[in-house]
Amino acid sequence: MAVTADAKLDVQRIRADFPYLEELSNGKPVAFLDSAASTQKPRQVLDALHDFYSHRYANVHRGVYRLAERATEGYEGAREKVRAFVNAPSTREVVFVRSATEGLNLVAYAWGLENLGPGDVVVITELEHHSNFVPWQFVANRTGASFRHIPIDDAGELQLDALDEIAASGKVKVVANNLVSNSLGTINPVEKLAAWAHEQGAIMVVDAAQAAPHRPIDVQALGCDFLALSSHKLCGPSGVGALWGKAELLEQMSPFNLGGEMIRSVALDRTSWNELPYKFEAGTPAIAEAYGFGVAIDYLSEIGLDAIERHEHELTEYALGKLSELDFVRVFGPPVERRAGIVSFDVTGIHPHDVAQILDWEGVAVRAGHHCTQPLMARLGVAATTRASFYLYTIPEEIDRLVEGLHKVKQHLG
Amino acid sequence: MSEFDQLYREVILDHYKNPRSHGLLEAADAQAEGQNPLCGDEVTVSLRFEGETIAEVGFEGRGCAISQAATSMLTEIVVGRSAEEIARMPKEELLEEIGIPLTPVRLKCALLGLGVLKVALHKSKGTPLPDEWTQGDDLTIS
Repeated sequence: MAVTADAKLDVQRIRADFPYLEELSNGKPVAFLDSAASTQKPRQVLDALHDFYSHRYANVHRGVYRLAERATEGYEGAREKVRAFVNAPSTREVVFVRSATEGLNLVAYAWGLENLGPGDVVVITELEHHSNFVPWQFVANRTGASFRHIPIDDAGELQLDALDEIAASGKVKVVANNLVSNSLGTINPVEKLAAWAHEQGAIMVVDAAQAAPHRPIDVQALGCDFLALSSHKLCGPSGVGALWGKAELLEQMSPFNLGGEMIRSVALDRTSWNELPYKFEAGTPAIAEAYGFGVAIDYLSEIGLDAIERHEHELTEYALGKLSELDFVRVFGPPVERRAGIVSFDVTGIHPHDVAQILDWEGVAVRAGHHCTQPLMARLGVAATTRASFYLYTIPEEIDRLVEGLHKVKQHLG
Repeated sequence: MSEFDQLYREVILDHYKNPRSHGLLEAADAQAEGQNPLCGDEVTVSLRFEGETIAEVGFEGRGCAISQAATSMLTEIVVGRSAEEIARMPKEELLEEIGIPLTPVRLKCALLGLGVLKVALHKSKGTPLPDEWTQGDDLTIS
Protein backbone atom coordinates (compact mmCIF):
# COMPACT_ATOMS: atom_id res chain seq x y z
CA MET A 1 0.00 0.00 0.00
CA ALA A 2 2.22 2.80 -1.25
CA VAL A 3 1.05 6.15 -0.01
CA THR A 4 2.99 9.33 -0.57
CA ALA A 5 3.78 11.55 2.39
CA ASP A 6 1.20 14.16 1.47
CA ALA A 7 -1.60 11.81 0.52
CA LYS A 8 -4.66 11.29 2.67
CA LEU A 9 -5.12 7.85 4.11
CA ASP A 10 -7.27 5.43 2.17
CA VAL A 11 -9.15 4.64 5.34
CA GLN A 12 -11.67 2.24 3.81
CA ARG A 13 -8.81 0.19 2.45
CA ILE A 14 -7.05 0.28 5.81
CA ARG A 15 -10.24 -0.77 7.58
CA ALA A 16 -10.45 -3.84 5.37
CA ASP A 17 -7.15 -4.98 6.94
CA PHE A 18 -8.74 -5.20 10.40
CA PRO A 19 -11.02 -8.23 10.87
CA TYR A 20 -12.66 -6.92 14.02
CA LEU A 21 -13.93 -3.80 12.27
CA GLU A 22 -16.11 -6.00 10.07
CA GLU A 23 -17.96 -7.42 13.03
CA LEU A 24 -21.19 -6.29 14.58
CA SER A 25 -21.36 -5.36 18.22
CA ASN A 26 -24.83 -5.77 19.65
CA GLY A 27 -26.19 -5.97 16.11
CA LYS A 28 -24.58 -2.69 15.11
CA PRO A 29 -21.35 -1.95 13.26
CA VAL A 30 -18.62 -1.56 15.83
CA ALA A 31 -17.22 1.92 16.42
CA PHE A 32 -13.99 1.10 18.20
CA LEU A 33 -12.91 4.32 19.92
CA ASP A 34 -10.53 2.82 22.48
CA SER A 35 -7.28 2.54 20.55
CA ALA A 36 -5.40 4.50 23.22
CA ALA A 37 -5.87 1.47 25.48
CA SER A 38 -4.90 -1.01 22.79
CA THR A 39 -5.33 -1.15 19.04
CA GLN A 40 -6.98 -3.70 16.81
CA LYS A 41 -4.65 -5.87 14.72
CA PRO A 42 -4.38 -5.98 10.92
CA ARG A 43 -4.36 -9.24 8.96
CA GLN A 44 -0.74 -8.58 8.00
CA VAL A 45 0.29 -8.96 11.65
CA LEU A 46 -2.08 -11.85 12.34
CA ASP A 47 -0.90 -13.75 9.27
CA ALA A 48 2.74 -13.10 10.15
CA LEU A 49 2.24 -14.54 13.63
CA HIS A 50 0.57 -17.61 12.21
CA ASP A 51 3.34 -18.06 9.69
CA PHE A 52 6.09 -17.52 12.25
CA TYR A 53 4.63 -19.97 14.74
CA SER A 54 3.95 -22.46 11.92
CA HIS A 55 7.24 -22.41 10.06
CA ARG A 56 9.90 -20.32 11.81
CA TYR A 57 9.48 -20.95 15.48
CA ALA A 58 12.23 -22.22 17.76
CA ASN A 59 14.04 -20.71 20.71
CA VAL A 60 16.42 -17.96 19.71
CA HIS A 61 20.18 -17.39 19.78
CA ARG A 62 21.89 -20.65 20.72
CA GLY A 63 20.30 -23.25 18.50
CA VAL A 64 22.63 -24.74 15.87
CA TYR A 65 19.91 -26.15 13.65
CA ARG A 66 18.39 -24.24 10.76
CA LEU A 67 15.02 -23.54 12.33
CA ALA A 68 16.61 -21.85 15.35
CA GLU A 69 18.65 -19.67 13.02
CA ARG A 70 15.52 -18.60 11.19
CA ALA A 71 13.78 -17.77 14.44
CA THR A 72 16.80 -15.73 15.55
CA GLU A 73 16.82 -13.90 12.22
CA GLY A 74 13.14 -12.99 12.68
CA TYR A 75 13.66 -11.83 16.24
CA GLU A 76 16.81 -9.81 15.54
CA GLY A 77 15.27 -8.43 12.36
CA ALA A 78 12.48 -6.99 14.48
CA ARG A 79 15.08 -5.31 16.71
CA GLU A 80 16.48 -3.55 13.66
CA LYS A 81 12.96 -2.43 12.71
CA VAL A 82 12.42 -0.95 16.16
CA ARG A 83 15.80 0.76 15.95
CA ALA A 84 14.91 2.40 12.65
CA PHE A 85 11.39 3.24 13.90
CA VAL A 86 12.75 5.41 16.74
CA ASN A 87 15.92 6.44 14.85
CA ALA A 88 18.26 4.96 17.44
CA PRO A 89 21.96 4.88 16.56
CA SER A 90 22.42 1.16 17.22
CA THR A 91 20.49 -2.07 17.82
CA ARG A 92 22.72 -2.57 20.87
CA GLU A 93 20.60 0.12 22.49
CA VAL A 94 17.25 -1.57 21.78
CA VAL A 95 16.10 -3.92 24.55
CA PHE A 96 12.99 -6.06 24.09
CA VAL A 97 10.79 -5.96 27.16
CA ARG A 98 7.26 -7.10 27.97
CA SER A 99 5.73 -3.64 27.64
CA ALA A 100 6.51 0.04 27.98
CA THR A 101 5.71 -0.43 31.67
CA GLU A 102 8.44 -3.01 32.05
CA GLY A 103 10.88 -0.78 30.17
CA LEU A 104 10.20 2.09 32.57
CA ASN A 105 10.53 -0.23 35.57
CA LEU A 106 13.84 -1.44 34.17
CA VAL A 107 15.19 2.12 34.18
CA ALA A 108 13.73 2.97 37.59
CA TYR A 109 15.22 -0.14 39.20
CA ALA A 110 18.46 -0.68 37.31
CA TRP A 111 19.42 2.99 36.98
CA GLY A 112 17.41 4.62 39.79
CA LEU A 113 18.29 2.39 42.72
CA GLU A 114 22.02 2.78 42.03
CA ASN A 115 22.11 6.46 41.17
CA LEU A 116 19.64 8.14 43.53
CA GLY A 117 19.99 9.15 47.16
CA PRO A 118 19.09 11.82 49.71
CA GLY A 119 19.32 15.33 48.26
CA ASP A 120 18.51 14.10 44.77
CA VAL A 121 15.28 15.01 43.04
CA VAL A 122 13.13 12.82 40.81
CA VAL A 123 10.83 14.87 38.60
CA ILE A 124 7.66 13.52 37.01
CA THR A 125 4.54 15.32 35.80
CA GLU A 126 0.98 15.65 37.01
CA LEU A 127 -0.34 13.94 33.88
CA GLU A 128 1.94 10.92 33.96
CA HIS A 129 0.51 7.44 33.43
CA HIS A 130 0.99 5.35 36.57
CA SER A 131 3.61 3.31 34.71
CA ASN A 132 5.98 6.29 34.61
CA PHE A 133 4.87 7.59 38.00
CA VAL A 134 4.65 4.72 40.49
CA PRO A 135 8.09 3.18 39.72
CA TRP A 136 9.74 6.55 40.29
CA GLN A 137 7.74 7.26 43.43
CA PHE A 138 8.77 3.84 44.74
CA VAL A 139 12.44 4.24 43.88
CA ALA A 140 12.53 7.77 45.31
CA ASN A 141 11.08 6.46 48.58
CA ARG A 142 13.57 3.60 48.63
CA THR A 143 16.59 5.81 48.05
CA GLY A 144 15.58 8.90 50.04
CA ALA A 145 15.41 11.08 46.94
CA SER A 146 12.63 13.65 46.80
CA PHE A 147 9.78 13.20 44.37
CA ARG A 148 8.51 16.34 42.64
CA HIS A 149 5.96 16.88 39.93
CA ILE A 150 5.60 19.46 37.20
CA PRO A 151 2.05 20.79 37.54
CA ILE A 152 -0.37 21.30 34.66
CA ASP A 153 -2.60 24.26 33.90
CA ASP A 154 -6.37 23.99 33.51
CA ALA A 155 -5.98 23.02 29.85
CA GLY A 156 -3.80 20.05 30.79
CA GLU A 157 -0.49 21.49 29.63
CA LEU A 158 2.73 21.39 31.64
CA GLN A 159 3.60 24.55 33.54
CA LEU A 160 7.30 24.80 32.82
CA ASP A 161 7.69 27.93 34.95
CA ALA A 162 7.69 25.54 37.91
CA LEU A 163 11.05 24.15 36.82
CA ASP A 164 13.19 26.82 38.51
CA GLU A 165 11.69 26.14 41.91
CA ILE A 166 12.13 22.39 41.41
CA ALA A 167 15.78 22.89 40.40
CA ALA A 168 16.36 24.98 43.53
CA SER A 169 15.00 22.21 45.77
CA GLY A 170 17.90 19.80 45.25
CA LYS A 171 19.98 17.99 42.69
CA VAL A 172 17.69 16.95 39.85
CA LYS A 173 18.76 13.49 38.67
CA VAL A 174 15.82 12.18 36.62
CA VAL A 175 13.06 13.79 34.60
CA ALA A 176 10.36 11.35 33.47
CA ASN A 177 7.55 12.39 31.15
CA ASN A 178 5.22 10.96 28.56
CA LEU A 179 5.48 12.36 25.05
CA VAL A 180 1.70 12.16 24.71
CA SER A 181 -0.67 12.03 27.66
CA ASN A 182 -2.85 8.93 27.50
CA SER A 183 -5.68 10.67 29.34
CA LEU A 184 -5.80 14.11 27.72
CA GLY A 185 -3.84 13.67 24.52
CA THR A 186 -1.52 16.54 25.46
CA ILE A 187 1.63 16.55 23.32
CA ASN A 188 4.34 17.40 25.83
CA PRO A 189 7.44 19.52 25.14
CA VAL A 190 9.86 16.66 25.70
CA GLU A 191 12.71 18.30 23.74
CA LYS A 192 12.61 21.30 26.09
CA LEU A 193 12.42 19.09 29.16
CA ALA A 194 15.32 16.97 27.92
CA ALA A 195 17.48 20.07 27.42
CA TRP A 196 16.55 21.31 30.89
CA ALA A 197 17.23 17.88 32.41
CA HIS A 198 20.70 17.81 30.88
CA GLU A 199 21.44 21.33 32.18
CA GLN A 200 20.70 19.91 35.63
CA GLY A 201 22.93 16.90 35.04
CA ALA A 202 19.84 14.69 34.99
CA ILE A 203 18.71 11.93 32.64
CA MET A 204 15.51 12.23 30.59
CA VAL A 205 13.19 9.22 30.52
CA VAL A 206 10.40 9.29 27.95
CA ASP A 207 7.26 7.17 27.99
CA ALA A 208 6.35 7.00 24.30
CA ALA A 209 3.68 4.31 24.65
CA GLN A 210 0.98 6.73 23.57
CA ALA A 211 3.06 8.70 21.07
CA ALA A 212 4.85 6.01 19.06
CA PRO A 213 1.71 4.64 17.37
CA HIS A 214 0.70 8.05 16.08
CA ARG A 215 3.67 10.18 15.08
CA PRO A 216 7.26 9.71 13.95
CA ILE A 217 9.66 9.22 16.87
CA ASP A 218 13.30 10.26 16.76
CA VAL A 219 15.17 9.63 20.00
CA GLN A 220 18.12 11.69 18.79
CA ALA A 221 15.99 14.72 17.96
CA LEU A 222 14.12 14.42 21.26
CA GLY A 223 17.47 14.44 23.05
CA CYS A 224 16.31 11.93 25.66
CA ASP A 225 18.30 9.17 27.38
CA PHE A 226 15.66 6.43 27.58
CA LEU A 227 12.45 5.89 25.67
CA ALA A 228 9.88 3.12 26.12
CA LEU A 229 7.14 1.91 23.80
CA SER A 230 4.65 -0.96 23.55
CA SER A 231 3.79 -3.11 20.56
CA HIS A 232 0.11 -3.61 21.36
CA LYS A 233 -0.65 0.08 21.03
CA LEU A 234 0.67 0.19 17.48
CA CYS A 235 -1.15 -2.72 15.82
CA GLY A 236 1.31 -5.33 17.08
CA PRO A 237 0.88 -8.25 19.51
CA SER A 238 0.58 -7.71 23.24
CA GLY A 239 3.30 -8.99 25.57
CA VAL A 240 6.20 -7.20 23.95
CA GLY A 241 7.62 -3.69 23.95
CA ALA A 242 10.96 -2.02 23.62
CA LEU A 243 13.21 0.15 25.71
CA TRP A 244 15.75 2.30 23.95
CA GLY A 245 18.58 3.63 26.09
CA LYS A 246 21.90 5.29 25.45
CA ALA A 247 24.59 2.63 25.33
CA GLU A 248 26.85 4.43 27.81
CA LEU A 249 24.05 4.40 30.41
CA LEU A 250 22.95 0.84 29.69
CA GLU A 251 26.55 -0.29 30.03
CA GLN A 252 26.91 1.29 33.47
CA MET A 253 23.72 -0.31 34.74
CA SER A 254 23.36 -3.65 36.46
CA PRO A 255 20.94 -6.14 34.94
CA PHE A 256 17.25 -5.90 35.84
CA ASN A 257 16.29 -9.56 35.46
CA LEU A 258 18.78 -12.37 35.98
CA GLY A 259 18.91 -15.80 34.40
CA GLY A 260 19.57 -17.38 31.05
CA GLU A 261 20.71 -15.44 28.00
CA MET A 262 21.82 -12.35 29.94
CA ILE A 263 25.11 -13.94 31.08
CA ARG A 264 28.56 -14.21 29.50
CA SER A 265 29.77 -16.90 31.86
CA VAL A 266 28.56 -18.44 35.08
CA ALA A 267 30.75 -20.17 37.65
CA LEU A 268 30.03 -21.30 41.17
CA ASP A 269 31.60 -18.17 42.56
CA ARG A 270 30.85 -15.47 39.98
CA THR A 271 28.82 -14.50 36.93
CA SER A 272 29.61 -11.97 34.23
CA TRP A 273 27.08 -10.26 32.05
CA ASN A 274 26.36 -10.60 28.37
CA GLU A 275 26.87 -7.66 26.03
CA LEU A 276 24.15 -5.14 25.17
CA PRO A 277 21.28 -5.53 24.68
CA TYR A 278 21.21 -9.16 25.88
CA LYS A 279 22.33 -8.17 29.37
CA PHE A 280 18.75 -6.98 29.86
CA GLU A 281 16.96 -9.88 28.18
CA ALA A 282 16.95 -12.72 30.70
CA GLY A 283 14.91 -15.77 29.80
CA THR A 284 13.18 -16.78 26.59
CA PRO A 285 11.73 -13.60 25.13
CA ALA A 286 8.38 -13.13 23.40
CA ILE A 287 9.93 -14.32 20.14
CA ALA A 288 7.02 -14.44 17.75
CA GLU A 289 5.47 -11.38 19.35
CA ALA A 290 8.66 -9.39 18.84
CA TYR A 291 8.60 -10.55 15.22
CA GLY A 292 4.98 -9.41 14.97
CA PHE A 293 5.96 -6.08 16.53
CA GLY A 294 8.37 -5.64 13.60
CA VAL A 295 5.64 -6.53 11.10
CA ALA A 296 3.35 -3.93 12.69
CA ILE A 297 6.10 -1.34 12.37
CA ASP A 298 6.42 -2.23 8.67
CA TYR A 299 2.67 -1.91 8.26
CA LEU A 300 2.54 1.55 9.85
CA SER A 301 5.70 2.73 8.12
CA GLU A 302 4.33 1.81 4.71
CA ILE A 303 1.22 3.85 5.35
CA GLY A 304 3.38 6.59 6.83
CA LEU A 305 3.40 7.95 10.36
CA ASP A 306 3.07 11.50 9.05
CA ALA A 307 -0.11 10.59 7.21
CA ILE A 308 -1.47 8.77 10.27
CA GLU A 309 -0.75 11.80 12.43
CA ARG A 310 -2.56 14.12 10.01
CA HIS A 311 -5.55 11.78 9.80
CA GLU A 312 -5.86 11.69 13.58
CA HIS A 313 -5.46 15.43 13.77
CA GLU A 314 -8.41 15.91 11.42
CA LEU A 315 -10.52 13.46 13.42
CA THR A 316 -9.64 15.19 16.67
CA GLU A 317 -10.55 18.58 15.27
CA TYR A 318 -13.84 17.13 14.06
CA ALA A 319 -14.59 15.49 17.41
CA LEU A 320 -13.73 18.60 19.43
CA GLY A 321 -16.02 20.65 17.19
CA LYS A 322 -18.91 18.20 17.51
CA LEU A 323 -18.54 17.78 21.26
CA SER A 324 -18.34 21.54 21.81
CA GLU A 325 -21.89 21.76 20.44
CA LEU A 326 -23.16 19.64 23.34
CA ASP A 327 -23.88 21.87 26.33
CA PHE A 328 -23.97 18.83 28.65
CA VAL A 329 -20.46 17.71 27.77
CA ARG A 330 -17.26 19.20 29.18
CA VAL A 331 -14.08 18.35 27.29
CA PHE A 332 -10.72 18.23 29.08
CA GLY A 333 -7.31 18.90 27.59
CA PRO A 334 -5.46 21.26 25.31
CA PRO A 335 -6.42 22.81 21.96
CA VAL A 336 -6.17 20.61 18.90
CA GLU A 337 -2.77 22.04 17.87
CA ARG A 338 -1.12 20.42 20.88
CA ARG A 339 -3.31 17.34 21.19
CA ALA A 340 -3.05 13.81 19.81
CA GLY A 341 -6.12 11.75 18.89
CA ILE A 342 -7.55 11.51 22.40
CA VAL A 343 -10.61 13.26 23.77
CA SER A 344 -11.50 12.91 27.45
CA PHE A 345 -14.76 14.39 28.64
CA ASP A 346 -17.35 14.58 31.37
CA VAL A 347 -21.09 14.26 30.78
CA THR A 348 -22.59 16.57 33.37
CA GLY A 349 -24.06 14.67 36.28
CA ILE A 350 -23.62 11.23 34.75
CA HIS A 351 -20.91 8.80 35.79
CA PRO A 352 -18.53 7.69 33.02
CA HIS A 353 -19.42 4.04 33.62
CA ASP A 354 -23.03 4.74 32.82
CA VAL A 355 -21.98 6.76 29.78
CA ALA A 356 -19.79 3.93 28.49
CA GLN A 357 -22.46 1.32 29.19
CA ILE A 358 -25.10 3.10 27.12
CA LEU A 359 -22.60 3.84 24.34
CA ASP A 360 -21.74 0.13 24.27
CA TRP A 361 -25.33 -0.71 23.44
CA GLU A 362 -24.96 1.61 20.46
CA GLY A 363 -21.89 -0.34 19.36
CA VAL A 364 -19.56 2.48 20.41
CA ALA A 365 -16.58 1.31 22.49
CA VAL A 366 -15.03 3.99 24.70
CA ARG A 367 -13.12 3.81 27.96
CA ALA A 368 -14.46 5.03 31.28
CA GLY A 369 -12.27 5.37 34.32
CA HIS A 370 -9.17 7.09 35.61
CA HIS A 371 -7.02 5.79 32.73
CA CYS A 372 -4.18 4.96 35.18
CA THR A 373 -3.74 8.67 35.91
CA GLN A 374 -5.23 9.19 39.35
CA PRO A 375 -3.12 12.26 40.21
CA LEU A 376 -4.41 13.86 37.01
CA MET A 377 -8.02 12.99 37.86
CA ALA A 378 -7.53 14.63 41.26
CA ARG A 379 -6.17 17.74 39.53
CA LEU A 380 -9.19 17.83 37.20
CA GLY A 381 -11.50 17.35 40.18
CA VAL A 382 -13.18 14.23 38.82
CA ALA A 383 -13.11 10.57 39.82
CA ALA A 384 -13.05 9.42 36.23
CA THR A 385 -13.62 10.56 32.67
CA THR A 386 -15.00 9.06 29.50
CA ARG A 387 -12.33 8.83 26.82
CA ALA A 388 -12.66 8.40 23.08
CA SER A 389 -9.46 7.78 21.12
CA PHE A 390 -8.80 7.54 17.41
CA TYR A 391 -6.43 5.71 15.12
CA LEU A 392 -5.64 5.19 11.47
CA TYR A 393 -8.81 3.12 10.97
CA THR A 394 -11.16 5.61 12.63
CA ILE A 395 -13.71 7.41 10.44
CA PRO A 396 -15.74 10.58 11.15
CA GLU A 397 -18.99 8.56 11.03
CA GLU A 398 -17.84 6.79 14.19
CA ILE A 399 -17.50 10.14 15.93
CA ASP A 400 -21.03 11.00 14.75
CA ARG A 401 -22.24 7.81 16.36
CA LEU A 402 -20.45 8.76 19.58
CA VAL A 403 -22.28 12.08 19.56
CA GLU A 404 -25.64 10.43 18.83
CA GLY A 405 -24.94 8.00 21.66
CA LEU A 406 -24.23 10.87 24.04
CA HIS A 407 -27.64 12.35 23.22
CA LYS A 408 -29.15 9.00 24.24
CA VAL A 409 -27.14 9.02 27.46
CA LYS A 410 -28.46 12.47 28.25
CA GLN A 411 -32.02 11.48 27.35
CA HIS A 412 -31.97 8.38 29.59
CA LEU A 413 -29.98 9.50 32.61
CA GLY A 414 -29.75 13.29 32.43
CA MET B 1 -37.68 -4.71 26.73
CA SER B 2 -34.72 -2.63 25.56
CA GLU B 3 -31.29 -3.09 27.07
CA PHE B 4 -31.59 0.24 28.69
CA ASP B 5 -34.77 -0.82 30.45
CA GLN B 6 -33.15 -4.05 31.54
CA LEU B 7 -30.16 -2.49 33.25
CA TYR B 8 -31.54 0.86 34.23
CA ARG B 9 -35.02 -0.37 35.08
CA GLU B 10 -37.38 2.13 36.55
CA VAL B 11 -36.77 1.26 40.17
CA ILE B 12 -33.00 1.63 39.70
CA LEU B 13 -33.38 5.02 38.08
CA ASP B 14 -35.76 6.08 40.82
CA HIS B 15 -33.25 5.15 43.53
CA TYR B 16 -30.45 6.82 41.58
CA LYS B 17 -32.32 10.07 41.08
CA ASN B 18 -34.04 10.07 44.49
CA PRO B 19 -31.74 8.16 46.82
CA ARG B 20 -33.32 6.94 50.07
CA SER B 21 -31.61 7.61 53.41
CA HIS B 22 -29.30 10.06 51.71
CA GLY B 23 -26.98 12.02 53.97
CA LEU B 24 -24.83 10.86 56.85
CA LEU B 25 -26.33 10.56 60.33
CA GLU B 26 -25.35 13.20 62.85
CA ALA B 27 -25.41 10.83 65.80
CA ALA B 28 -23.94 7.78 64.14
CA ASP B 29 -22.71 4.77 66.11
CA ALA B 30 -20.70 3.48 63.19
CA GLN B 31 -19.39 4.73 59.91
CA ALA B 32 -17.25 3.35 57.11
CA GLU B 33 -16.28 4.37 53.65
CA GLY B 34 -15.16 2.56 50.58
CA GLN B 35 -14.28 3.07 47.00
CA ASN B 36 -13.83 1.16 43.82
CA PRO B 37 -10.64 2.66 42.42
CA LEU B 38 -11.24 1.09 39.04
CA CYS B 39 -14.11 3.41 38.23
CA GLY B 40 -14.03 5.89 41.09
CA ASP B 41 -17.26 4.90 42.83
CA GLU B 42 -17.32 6.13 46.43
CA VAL B 43 -19.73 5.30 49.23
CA THR B 44 -19.81 6.26 52.92
CA VAL B 45 -22.36 4.57 55.19
CA SER B 46 -23.31 5.62 58.72
CA LEU B 47 -25.44 3.62 61.16
CA ARG B 48 -27.34 4.13 64.39
CA PHE B 49 -28.27 1.16 66.55
CA GLU B 50 -30.93 0.50 69.12
CA GLY B 51 -29.38 -2.36 71.03
CA GLU B 52 -28.34 -4.83 68.38
CA THR B 53 -30.86 -3.58 65.84
CA ILE B 54 -30.02 -1.21 63.00
CA ALA B 55 -32.35 1.68 63.74
CA GLU B 56 -31.23 4.15 61.12
CA VAL B 57 -28.87 4.29 58.20
CA GLY B 58 -27.60 7.12 56.03
CA PHE B 59 -25.23 7.20 53.10
CA GLU B 60 -23.38 9.55 50.85
CA GLY B 61 -21.47 8.79 47.73
CA ARG B 62 -20.71 9.52 44.17
CA GLY B 63 -20.43 7.11 41.35
CA CYS B 64 -22.35 5.32 38.67
CA ALA B 65 -26.10 4.80 38.75
CA ILE B 66 -25.72 1.14 39.72
CA SER B 67 -23.47 1.77 42.74
CA GLN B 68 -25.58 4.59 44.11
CA ALA B 69 -28.97 3.01 43.43
CA ALA B 70 -27.85 -0.30 44.94
CA THR B 71 -26.72 1.45 48.13
CA SER B 72 -30.01 3.32 48.31
CA MET B 73 -31.94 0.04 47.93
CA LEU B 74 -29.73 -1.55 50.57
CA THR B 75 -30.73 1.04 53.14
CA GLU B 76 -34.35 -0.08 52.76
CA ILE B 77 -33.39 -3.70 53.31
CA VAL B 78 -31.39 -3.33 56.49
CA VAL B 79 -33.34 -1.02 58.80
CA GLY B 80 -35.00 -2.91 61.63
CA ARG B 81 -32.80 -5.97 61.26
CA SER B 82 -30.02 -7.07 63.59
CA ALA B 83 -26.37 -6.27 63.00
CA GLU B 84 -25.53 -9.97 63.11
CA GLU B 85 -28.16 -10.85 60.53
CA ILE B 86 -27.04 -8.18 58.09
CA ALA B 87 -23.37 -9.07 58.59
CA ARG B 88 -24.25 -12.56 57.43
CA MET B 89 -26.63 -11.47 54.71
CA PRO B 90 -25.61 -13.11 51.44
CA LYS B 91 -25.01 -10.74 48.57
CA GLU B 92 -27.68 -12.59 46.61
CA GLU B 93 -30.36 -10.99 48.74
CA LEU B 94 -29.35 -7.54 47.54
CA LEU B 95 -28.80 -8.73 43.97
CA GLU B 96 -32.30 -10.17 43.89
CA GLU B 97 -33.66 -6.84 44.96
CA ILE B 98 -31.66 -5.09 42.25
CA GLY B 99 -33.02 -7.67 39.85
CA ILE B 100 -30.94 -7.00 36.75
CA PRO B 101 -28.22 -8.99 35.01
CA LEU B 102 -24.80 -7.58 35.88
CA THR B 103 -21.45 -8.09 34.21
CA PRO B 104 -18.46 -8.76 36.53
CA VAL B 105 -17.40 -5.10 36.34
CA ARG B 106 -20.85 -3.79 37.20
CA LEU B 107 -21.26 -6.40 39.95
CA LYS B 108 -18.50 -4.63 41.87
CA CYS B 109 -20.40 -1.38 41.51
CA ALA B 110 -23.57 -3.01 42.82
CA LEU B 111 -21.90 -4.57 45.87
CA LEU B 112 -19.81 -1.62 47.01
CA GLY B 113 -22.44 -0.28 49.42
CA LEU B 114 -23.03 -3.69 50.99
CA GLY B 115 -19.31 -4.14 51.53
CA VAL B 116 -19.03 -0.73 53.19
CA LEU B 117 -22.02 -1.43 55.40
CA LYS B 118 -20.50 -4.70 56.57
CA VAL B 119 -17.25 -2.92 57.37
CA ALA B 120 -19.20 -0.41 59.48
CA LEU B 121 -20.88 -3.29 61.35
CA HIS B 122 -17.51 -4.97 61.83
CA LYS B 123 -15.99 -1.82 63.25
CA SER B 124 -18.73 -1.22 65.79
CA LYS B 125 -20.07 -4.68 66.56
CA GLY B 126 -17.15 -6.94 65.75
CA THR B 127 -19.23 -8.97 63.32
CA PRO B 128 -17.29 -11.06 60.82
CA LEU B 129 -16.37 -9.75 57.40
CA PRO B 130 -16.72 -11.89 54.31
CA ASP B 131 -13.32 -13.32 53.39
CA GLU B 132 -12.73 -11.07 50.42
CA TRP B 133 -13.27 -7.94 52.51
CA THR B 134 -10.80 -8.41 55.34
CA GLN B 135 -8.38 -5.82 54.10
CA GLY B 136 -8.46 -3.15 56.73
CA ASP B 137 -11.00 -0.81 58.24
CA ASP B 138 -11.97 0.95 55.06
CA LEU B 139 -12.90 -0.94 52.00
CA THR B 140 -11.21 -0.85 48.68
CA ILE B 141 -12.38 -3.24 46.03
CA SER B 142 -10.83 -3.43 42.64
